Amino acid sequence: MVDIHAPHGSEARPGMGEPGTTREHHDHHELGFIQKYIFSVDHKVIGIQFMITGLIFFALGGLFAMAIRYQLAWPWEKMPVIGSVLFPNTGQAITPEFYTMLFTMHGTIMIFFVIIPLLTGAFGNYLIPLMIGAPDMAFPKLNMFGYWTMIPAIFCVFMAFIQPGGGPAAGWTAYPPLSTVTSAAPGSLSAQTWWLMALTWVGVSSMMGAVNYVTTIVKMRAPGMTMFRMPLTIWALFIAALLQLFALPVLTAASAMQICDRMLGTGFFTPTNLVVNQFNPETAGAAAGGQPLLWQHLFWFYSHPAVYIMVVPAMGLASDILSVHARKPVFGYKPMVYSMASIAGLGFIVWGHHMFASGMNPALGMTFMVATIMIALPSAIKVFNWLGTLWGSRIHLTSPMLFALGFVAMFIIGGLSGIWMAATPVDIYIHDTYIVVAHFHYVVFGGSVFAIFAAIYHWFPKMFGRMMNETLGKLHFVGTFIFTNGVFYMMHQLGMAGLMRRTADPYDYETYAHLQPLNEFITISAFLLFAWQIFFVWNFFHSMFWGKRVGRNPWRAASIEWDTPSPPGHGNFDAPLRVYRGPYEYASPEVEEDFVAQSRDLTGKSE
Amino acid sequence: MTDAIPAYDAAVDAPKHHHPVYDYDSGPPVDRGKFAIWVFLGTEIMFFTGLIGTYIVLRAGSPSWPNPAARLAVDITAFNTFVLICSSATVVAGLFAIQNDDRRKFNLWWGLSILFGAFFVGVQVYEYWHLFAHDMTPNQDLFWSTFYVMTGFHGAHVIIGVIWLAAVYVAALRGKYSSKDFVGLELAGLYWHFVDLVWVLLFTLVYLM
Repeated sequence: MVDIHAPHGSEARPGMGEPGTTREHHDHHELGFIQKYIFSVDHKVIGIQFMITGLIFFALGGLFAMAIRYQLAWPWEKMPVIGSVLFPNTGQAITPEFYTMLFTMHGTIMIFFVIIPLLTGAFGNYLIPLMIGAPDMAFPKLNMFGYWTMIPAIFCVFMAFIQPGGGPAAGWTAYPPLSTVTSAAPGSLSAQTWWLMALTWVGVSSMMGAVNYVTTIVKMRAPGMTMFRMPLTIWALFIAALLQLFALPVLTAASAMQICDRMLGTGFFTPTNLVVNQFNPETAGAAAGGQPLLWQHLFWFYSHPAVYIMVVPAMGLASDILSVHARKPVFGYKPMVYSMASIAGLGFIVWGHHMFASGMNPALGMTFMVATIMIALPSAIKVFNWLGTLWGSRIHLTSPMLFALGFVAMFIIGGLSGIWMAATPVDIYIHDTYIVVAHFHYVVFGGSVFAIFAAIYHWFPKMFGRMMNETLGKLHFVGTFIFTNGVFYMMHQLGMAGLMRRTADPYDYETYAHLQPLNEFITISAFLLFAWQIFFVWNFFHSMFWGKRVGRNPWRAASIEWDTPSPPGHGNFDAPLRVYRGPYEYASPEVEEDFVAQSRDLTGKSE
Repeated sequence: MTDAIPAYDAAVDAPKHHHPVYDYDSGPPVDRGKFAIWVFLGTEIMFFTGLIGTYIVLRAGSPSWPNPAARLAVDITAFNTFVLICSSATVVAGLFAIQNDDRRKFNLWWGLSILFGAFFVGVQVYEYWHLFAHDMTPNQDLFWSTFYVMTGFHGAHVIIGVIWLAAVYVAALRGKYSSKDFVGLELAGLYWHFVDLVWVLLFTLVYLM
């Protein structure tokens, strides 16, 4: 169907003003169950596979969070379920080492197995070909391998849990020497090696995806779909893919070096004369003379851009959803694109703001501070443009819209705390306190997760041909919104009081003893937040089979994915396609309806 | 306020069993695979940047650094480097041959490239074996740590490159490529040139400086 060596050049270049459309072709063939749903090369099936995998891991990562919260509210008390199964000898209370493992794996799973696979894996796969008018990805088989390399990653992550000494416990940042010297902690035994391998596999998967997305977006747009007629979701996914392409390999190299330090005795991150728990790695024959700080530079060179890999696609999804449900074009489309691009560009030169307290050269800290604060500019452009989109619009408070509005609100809080946190003098004070935890949860949970929920409610009818229940969706939003703030807003207070992250029992310090009631409040909010997701889970699986059947375009949206049947068949579009305008022609004075589809010809020639 | 969601209407909404033919291509006039391989090589550059950057930082931060000539057989590796550069030249010659449909010359040049590549790997394996026999292992000091990781990852790339060259060679012998279609060969060639280029850099940094 897709001719890879299609003729280039003059005759059918889109966006050049020629009136050409795609021609029609009759052909239909059925695939077997395994080819269709398991080892599928169809981008839609792969996208849904990523989505289901991501959601399952979301529940797992959430359970880790619940255990963390339980310990912080009622330290060393009997922990339900986990306590009786794993800790019969300590009176069913968890151990400090287990707590360290909990927050390490909470972070790891949420970032590498939930947010990134959901945004780039699920929505990247599902939406890119549909929204640019392509039959599939540029390399469908590579796409399939991209999903199936998640399986070794999942295997490695589960292997990490069953290693002697328990799961990996060096934090999701894996700073050496804690992570490299085996005597440092029980979690630094073989579990850490499995953790590093899991990360490498996730990296390979993301890499395959990113090469595919960039090639597809550049080479496979439908006739008339110029770059500046693409929906902002596609721009966002394009920019996030570029971030992955150029930041991720550095982490792969760094984790390879950490694996070598652990397994071959190389000395990349081990300083000379290091003694950890009465053990000097040099006496065991390992090399030394390396620099622990080097890992932090390499790690954050990837992991800061990774923050934008997690939030830029969310921005794109939210922009599209706001526009559709407010029945108004996105305010300032091009500035939206440029601001996303500059967020991504600046994202490459700000990694040092994670390291202000690390002993890095203070002059360097100044540079990183200025660059970081500059990111406030494009971020503010985006926020004002979202508000501009809403101003004077006809807002439909549907579930996707509610979550998209929630995204904007939460992103403002998370973004604002980010600005003053970037200032070195402030950061040195609040480094490693709950202020930081509050900040990044506002961005990643309030931001990315809200956008993911919005996107699931919005594109669910396209994916399954059925609506999700609106009442349940609204109920889901209200509880999620309230309890999210109940959990994370209060963490600002904890941080202001100086409470450190990553401490199993902070009340051991008398200064923090008075914070326990506030922590109990947060924990109860967190439990409610977790339990509240049952509305979503029920709604998701019930609607998949018994939701209200809908047609091609239930939201009356203008972008071209809504031209396809719901759900789209193999090959996506079932009619010749040409794009005539941008994706946000709502409230257009040119037509009687309140929107003009991207593919609708108003010249009167072909309608 | 909410407008009613239109009900399912089979006449409009049911899928039609035909689909458009996609015989157009947006974006720059290069082959899709070639575009992707350039993007991929960009990621490879970042990977080696991580390794080489580490080497530079560690070396600059060390109080002393051994003279590579005292530890490594620079002359043998210099010859090996020459062989690798020759293999890049033969890849280009092979590509020219297939563009002119000269299969005999193609078979010669491309086969030679694979041999050169395999020779390079062989010499490197011999070098490792020799060094290990004299207890020069990665855990001795930072010099050996960086040496093995950088040359090891490069060596892995060369092995993949040789396999790739051999795979397209087999396809070519079966008549897959001609002057009309040689993209598959070009992709393998691009990867091979990249691997060579990285080696020139690594050889200079690790063996000569």
